[in-house]
Amino acid sequence: MAITSIKNLKEFSTNNERLEGAHLLCPGCAHSMIVRELLNCTDDNLVIATNTGCLEVSTAVYPYTSWDTSWIHIGFENAATAAAGAEAMYKARKRKGTLKDPDAPVKFVAFGGDGSTYDIGFQWISGAIERGHDFTYICLDNENYANTGGQRSSSTPVGAHTSTAQAGRVSYGKKQKKKDIVAIMAAHGAPYVAQLAPNKWKIMAKGFQKALETEGPCFINTVSACTTEWKFNPKDTINIIDLATDSLMFPIYEIINGRELNILYRPKTVVPVEEYLAAQGRYKHLFKPENRHVIDAIQKDINEKWEYLQRREEAKV
Amino acid sequence: MKGVLATDRRGMRELGAEEMVGWDEVTQGVVLPSFDQAIGNAAFLKPEERPYSDFSSYTATVASWRVIRPVYNRDICIDCQNCWVWCPDASIISRDKQMLGIDYDHCKGCGVCVEVCPTNPKSLLMFAETETIEEALAKWPEKKKKEK
Ligand SMILES: Cc1ncc(C[n+]2csc(CCOP(=O)(O)OP(=O)(O)O)c2C)c(N)n1
Ligand code: SF4
Ligand code: SF4
Ligand code: SF4
Ligand SMILES: [Mg+2]
Repeated sequence: MAITSIKNLKEFSTNNERLEGAHLLCPGCAHSMIVRELLNCTDDNLVIATNTGCLEVSTAVYPYTSWDTSWIHIGFENAATAAAGAEAMYKARKRKGTLKDPDAPVKFVAFGGDGSTYDIGFQWISGAIERGHDFTYICLDNENYANTGGQRSSSTPVGAHTSTAQAGRVSYGKKQKKKDIVAIMAAHGAPYVAQLAPNKWKIMAKGFQKALETEGPCFINTVSACTTEWKFNPKDTINIIDLATDSLMFPIYEIINGRELNILYRPKTVVPVEEYLAAQGRYKHLFKPENRHVIDAIQKDINEKWEYLQRREEAKV
Repeated sequence: MKGVLATDRRGMRELGAEEMVGWDEVTQGVVLPSFDQAIGNAAFLKPEERPYSDFSSYTATVASWRVIRPVYNRDICIDCQNCWVWCPDASIISRDKQMLGIDYDHCKGCGVCVEVCPTNPKSLLMFAETETIEEALAKWPEKKKKEK
């Protein structure tokens, strides 16, 4: 496979864009930052499946497409299914000798939001991974159903205000914990599973390249800050993601073959989660005195998770 | 230095300005070709070498979304490409490791590029859409002293 140079940004920037402007994602949306990076980290032909969600509706506004790769739009729960189907067909035709250019390198990629990944497409992703299709699934995790107005998903963290888990006099927002999708996907024994973030562009590009190069099903959860539903100024997307990774709210790590865990980024100074929360409107209510305990609980959870990740890395099990 | 802009090559259309048809008249199972001819893998062609079709959003503009826009000052830029990697709208034009300018047909004025620009003073700053590039460049701030 032809991976592109990610030695430094200058070299990375010599790649030719395969996602075009005048898509309709909000100004400052992280979805397209992540997608551009995936597209730029390989020169291979790509077959990309994207299910309904902000990315899909904004990059395929009839009669326009923003994609310069083969791209399939499919229903909400089926990005993995479509990518797996295309991959299976490609393999079969290669075997039968009916491909026009059987030696052209092709990679299969699926993009889904957290609503589709953690909730609605969950069993189909599980199925595609279990069947062992050679594809990479990338979840654009903005922790809510953004495209339909910001409903809670099983990825929404404790304490966040969403349109269906509202903060008010009797509630502090979502009460249930965020689902640990990385652990679940790793438990399938998938050869490569990771959680990555676009502010650490090089780590993310390396992870994407690893996933594309790995034979078999790979799963990557990416942190996609959503200016509209997280409620912050569009110029601050990367600043917010910096706070997310440096507070360890989103630890950056990979799990190989469901076992070997490697932490890919250790912040020099760990930022208290309070700073991350305070930078977003969706957590504003947590700073009322009666909700202080929620912030403490979030911090405690982060500390415990970080401790767990480090121990697992050390133990090499 | 002027960048390679989509408007240099074709008449741009405001996105959404095309004639609309009812939902029941839209063809089902549509295929939208991005290019007028088969070009193989787009990764090997620079945008200015591609035969974009009218279906590609490259030929449309979202310029009217902006009220402020980034202005680029070549004199200070170190070509680090931070702005290029984080622009959500593929609107930083870089060729051969050099930043050439901003694609104002596709830039939405989010301001991310200004935030991530590391020079002092910044090589990108936001100005009102109504200000000309010359006016903006004339107002460029001096280097800021480090606070002790
Ligand atoms: C089966 C089905 N249920 C509901 C919808 C409506 N719907 C479209 S997009 C969307 C939200 C998508 O959320 P997510 O997957 O997190 O992506 P995001 O928009 O946040 O990027 C919903 C509920 C649908 N299209 N199909
Ligand atoms: S609502 Fe959020 S995820 Fe959707 S386009 Fe806007 S910023 Fe991006
Ligand atoms: S303002 Fe936003 S859209 Fe415009 S060039 Fe800068 S980062 Fe890109
Ligand atoms: S971020 Fe600033 S210094 Fe770096 S390439 Fe862009 S304009 Fe130049
Ligand atoms: Mg979402």
